[in-house]
Amino acid sequence: MNVSRRKLLVLLPAAAVAWEHVLAGTPENSPNYKETEHWWGMLLDITKCIGCGSCVRACQLENHVPDGYFRTWVERYVVRDWGFEHISVDSPEGGKNGFPAVTGEMGKSFFVPKMCNQCADSPCTQVCPVGATFVSPDGVVLVDKKYCLGCRYCIQACPYGCRFLNPDTNTAEKCSLCYHRITKGLTTACCESCPTGARQLADLKNPADPVHEFLKTHSVQVLKPHLATGAKAFYNGLDGSVR
Amino acid sequence: MPFDGFMYPNEVELQWSVLIVLYPFLTGLVAGAFILASLERVFLVEAVKPTYRLALLTALAFLLVSPLPLQLHLGHPERSLEMYLTPHRSSAMAMFGFVYLWYLMAVLVVEIWLDYRKDIVLMMQSSTGLKKWIYGVMTLGSKNISEHALKVDSRVGWAITLIGIPSAFLLHGYVGFIFGSVKANPWWSSPLMPVVFIFSAMVSGIAAVMLLYMFVTKYRGKEIDMRCVDTIARYLLYTFVIDFSLEMLDLVHRIYEADESFRSLDFMVHTRLYLSQVVIQIIAGTVIPILLLALTQVLPLNAIVRKRIYALSGALTLMGIFAMRWNVVIGGQLFSKSFLGYTTYKMGFVAREGLLTAIFLTLLPLGILWVLVKLLPPWSEKDAAAIPSSLSGQQAD
Repeated sequence: MNVSRRKLLVLLPAAAVAWEHVLAGTPENSPNYKETEHWWGMLLDITKCIGCGSCVRACQLENHVPDGYFRTWVERYVVRDWGFEHISVDSPEGGKNGFPAVTGEMGKSFFVPKMCNQCADSPCTQVCPVGATFVSPDGVVLVDKKYCLGCRYCIQACPYGCRFLNPDTNTAEKCSLCYHRITKGLTTACCESCPTGARQLADLKNPADPVHEFLKTHSVQVLKPHLATGAKAFYNGLDGSVR
Repeated sequence: MPFDGFMYPNEVELQWSVLIVLYPFLTGLVAGAFILASLERVFLVEAVKPTYRLALLTALAFLLVSPLPLQLHLGHPERSLEMYLTPHRSSAMAMFGFVYLWYLMAVLVVEIWLDYRKDIVLMMQSSTGLKKWIYGVMTLGSKNISEHALKVDSRVGWAITLIGIPSAFLLHGYVGFIFGSVKANPWWSSPLMPVVFIFSAMVSGIAAVMLLYMFVTKYRGKEIDMRCVDTIARYLLYTFVIDFSLEMLDLVHRIYEADESFRSLDFMVHTRLYLSQVVIQIIAGTVIPILLLALTQVLPLNAIVRKRIYALSGALTLMGIFAMRWNVVIGGQLFSKSFLGYTTYKMGFVAREGLLTAIFLTLLPLGILWVLVKLLPPWSEKDAAAIPSSLSGQQAD
């Protein structure tokens, strides 16, 4: 190919922009890990969660989450009867240090671990003006903090309150499903630290994953199904009062 | 505790500050001022001619400032150019840069240049030194002011205005879409949002230009052209009635449908947003100016009373539209997406996103407008209100 110096000068910046575009959509990777062979989600069993907060602490340590912000948290619901005014919810420090005893009238009480729902049709990805947040080929919603503008549109767009602006990096942050661990064959920090197995990493593309058996035999639900976000955080024992 | 009830832990902190309130307010003034200018140019409403050039310069001054609040708000302002280089096509926000550039470079600047070209050439010829050089640059080398050339200018300018009207709608309708398309937030999520934004933009732009015209004319010691302000006030009333009807339609729809978010939002309007929404936006900023403007249509009031009513209703209108932007942007973040709690917004004073910055950014366009008016006077000194058709000076004779 015969390229003149003038043509090369025109082509180089265009190639640089194109290359940046390619890099922006590439998640961090590990050798021997094939993204196309996985489709990650999470199974959260409300009937097993004891609200100990181990998952929150493990996540903060593993991912250097600043104090006051949460990639995962635990909510406690106390439902005394039907309707709005009979539900009380708390999550002191995201449930990091457990919960104080319930005072006043009792009803049914349960803990709900929350985290990014790794939506397949995620509203946060849709609105990012530069594509700094994206769904990886293995189904994990990730943020490229070298690219994020810090406009916070994604935080507004997340229906589950899972995102925040990291005050140290001034970029959007959220649960990455411990992508640096799961691509090395490990489970997430929250799953590993859960003493009751209330959280289980699920590979929806792997037929040998026990999640398939669980989903076939249990009544599971996702949060806010009417928003059709393609959420992949499946809850067992989810009460209708949970928001 | 800064919140009541239950908030998701990451929700306690508000993400979009007063600067994001300012952004739709400023772009709204741009779109509204331009649409007022186009009344004269495209719809041949002769009466508003004295405000034609002022409206265009106002639109430009506010348009130049409108990206600043966004830029100051970004966590990484140095990366903002990425929106142009690698825009994410599914993002409404990514289109901002393109819509903005289109409006600035393809519509507003071209229209102003075409309209002023003759004046620029004449000013270049009659001035010396730096001024001569500045006007020389502004001619862009096009110094032909023959009758034929000016006719061509006028025809092209008309076409640009024609393109400009849908562009102004696009500029502000899209700002409404940024909010209206967030399905996670029931306070914002509404197909009516872009339409409400367009009409409220027209209301605010018309009110702003009317006030500016009255103030500047008084300042220059000239007589206010009553035919002109009467006409502008009439258009203000019409657009305001449409805008208010749309907002009420949205409200009635929400109340009647009463979906899962209703109780939470209703509580918020009656408590944390009561002052800014019910008192400032609806009563003081909408109902009162509409009634005042309606009075001028049915009662035979003299010019002095009419002028005072226009000034008062114009100022109330601007306050009301600012409150509307506030209630959309801040109001939409005061409740939890769990619908079980409410947080508060504490605005800093001397901070990057504080009150002082917001005040500076609101006044900055007025400073820019002052420079623009000095550089490109929208009127010639010999003009008087008695012969308003000669004020614009845009005719090619």
